[in-house]
Amino acid sequence: MEPGGRPGAEAIKQKGWIGAHRFLILRRVSQLAILGLFLAGPWLGIWIVEGNLASSLTLGVLPLSDPLVLLQVFASGHLPASAALIGALIVLIFYLLVGGRVYCSWVCPINIVTDLAEWLRRRLHIKGGANFSDKTRYWLLGAILLVAAVAGSVAWELVNPVSMVYRGLVFGMGLAWGVVVAVFLLDLFIGRRAWCGHLCPVGAFYGLLGEGAVLRVAAVRRERCDDCMDCFAVCPEHQVIKPALKGADKGVGPVILSGHCTNCGRCIDVCGRDVFAFSTRYSNHSRLVVPGANQKSEVSS
Amino acid sequence: MSKGDKGSGGLDAARRRFLGIALRSAVGVGLVATTLGVYQRQARALPATAIRPPGAADERSFQGACIRCGLCVRDCPYDTLKLAQLGDDVALGTPYFEARRIPCEMCDDIPCVKACPTGALDPALTEIDNARMGLAVVVDQEACIAFQGLRCEVCFNVCPIRGEAITLNYRHNDRSGRHALFIPIVHSRACTGCGKCEKACILEEAAIKVFPMALAKGLLGRHYRLGWEQKAEAGKALVTPDAPHQYNLPEGARYEHGGRGLIVGERSSPPVPPAAPEPPMSPFPADPLDTLNRKGGL
Repeated sequence: MEPGGRPGAEAIKQKGWIGAHRFLILRRVSQLAILGLFLAGPWLGIWIVEGNLASSLTLGVLPLSDPLVLLQVFASGHLPASAALIGALIVLIFYLLVGGRVYCSWVCPINIVTDLAEWLRRRLHIKGGANFSDKTRYWLLGAILLVAAVAGSVAWELVNPVSMVYRGLVFGMGLAWGVVVAVFLLDLFIGRRAWCGHLCPVGAFYGLLGEGAVLRVAAVRRERCDDCMDCFAVCPEHQVIKPALKGADKGVGPVILSGHCTNCGRCIDVCGRDVFAFSTRYSNHSRLVVPGANQKSEVSS
Repeated sequence: MSKGDKGSGGLDAARRRFLGIALRSAVGVGLVATTLGVYQRQARALPATAIRPPGAADERSFQGACIRCGLCVRDCPYDTLKLAQLGDDVALGTPYFEARRIPCEMCDDIPCVKACPTGALDPALTEIDNARMGLAVVVDQEACIAFQGLRCEVCFNVCPIRGEAITLNYRHNDRSGRHALFIPIVHSRACTGCGKCEKACILEEAAIKVFPMALAKGLLGRHYRLGWEQKAEAGKALVTPDAPHQYNLPEGARYEHGGRGLIVGERSSPPVPPAAPEPPMSPFPADPLDTLNRKGGL
């Protein structure tokens, strides 16, 4: 990125605006389409999906349930009925295939809010803010399960902005708009990516799930990287890029294996040199140039 | 500062910063968790007008089992159920209804219970008459016009379990001296808490209201036994033996219990048991439509 330039300027020049925003557009389409499926019932009377992200029923047959909500139900001392268990299992398997935090970047409505805050933050040159650990989300995840266990109540769902907003959009918002504004202001003024990248226990849970997920972003052509830093600028979890992008010398493979990677594909979009591409965890081979010999060896990491 | 690392100032500073951040996170999360714990306790206080769907367990249990998905709301054909929104008095996202707004129509197939994916609405509830969503209570005897001696009986007539959940007791009208009061009495053994009586109450503010069971129902001490019930069950008195009461009366007088009372100066003749009185004709036909269609009625 040129000094003072906007990330992705080079990519727009190379691939055109659409090409440099391909996954961003697809993600917004995905987020809005899923929301649209839920809203088509109450708004238009077309009942394809009933319920909300906590638990839903598609076409009257396919149950889907949020595994984290069910985990809280378990913690509070209740055994959910089979419909919810089957639904959670389907969701678990799905995210184990496509990446846990795909929930965050392709489904969650709060992501649109926090992405907007981050975009504004960049445009308005708002720097700095509160410095708290991105491990806080794990503490929070533990805390909400603890509260559920001690109180015997799914307490987190009383305040969870993620489920609150989705339920609000489908069933009636009440004062939930205030929570949306709060999350927006938090990300805009208090800390960069404060909610999704540091606090949200829902993201923390899906991040843990994503540690083992199959679908991955990989720096497949990392030798082309010209250190423009555009990918770091747009990545919501930019700490995940470096090991894969810059790990060639250390024998680290090009696949981003961190569970925090949301598979949003923004790095693929903004890279003018097409360094990144979607891949799987099984193609994480590092080509190490062995010194003294003119041959390449495959090292799996 | 901990032992070790004294030698390298850089490491010490880094460690101090790390500990500082970790401590801040832990304290912050601790505060959040405590607040959340307090908040969820308050959220357990269900307002008196909020009635849970059929099959919901007690409030504490229900809030642990319900995942706030709204599938029961979606499958309610009468728009009775709604999910609590942020700012409502009811725990966020949980289903409830207000009887005065839209009461429960008591569907035979109980679709809300069938829709529940977690079993927070008990799937064992298959007979809607066994639901106990709440209990109707005649809360205001001053306002209820039946207590004024006026004929109303709307709650009695709209009750889906007519003649069992609400009965009418006849009492003497002291004001007029020659009429009866038709007093509605709710029976918890049959009332499902559907709220149709509260909805139908003709007053500006309903005199009969459905409350959550925990608010509406009293409990006789668990150890308490009603003597006459025990006696009926056992077929004989269990405490004191059944013996005819001995009246200590002067010569020539006797007492006829449940009959003429004290009788003086009559030669003892075998007491003639009075003929059993005819059961009073009920002014209420079994079919509520008969009431409505009665000539001159309404």
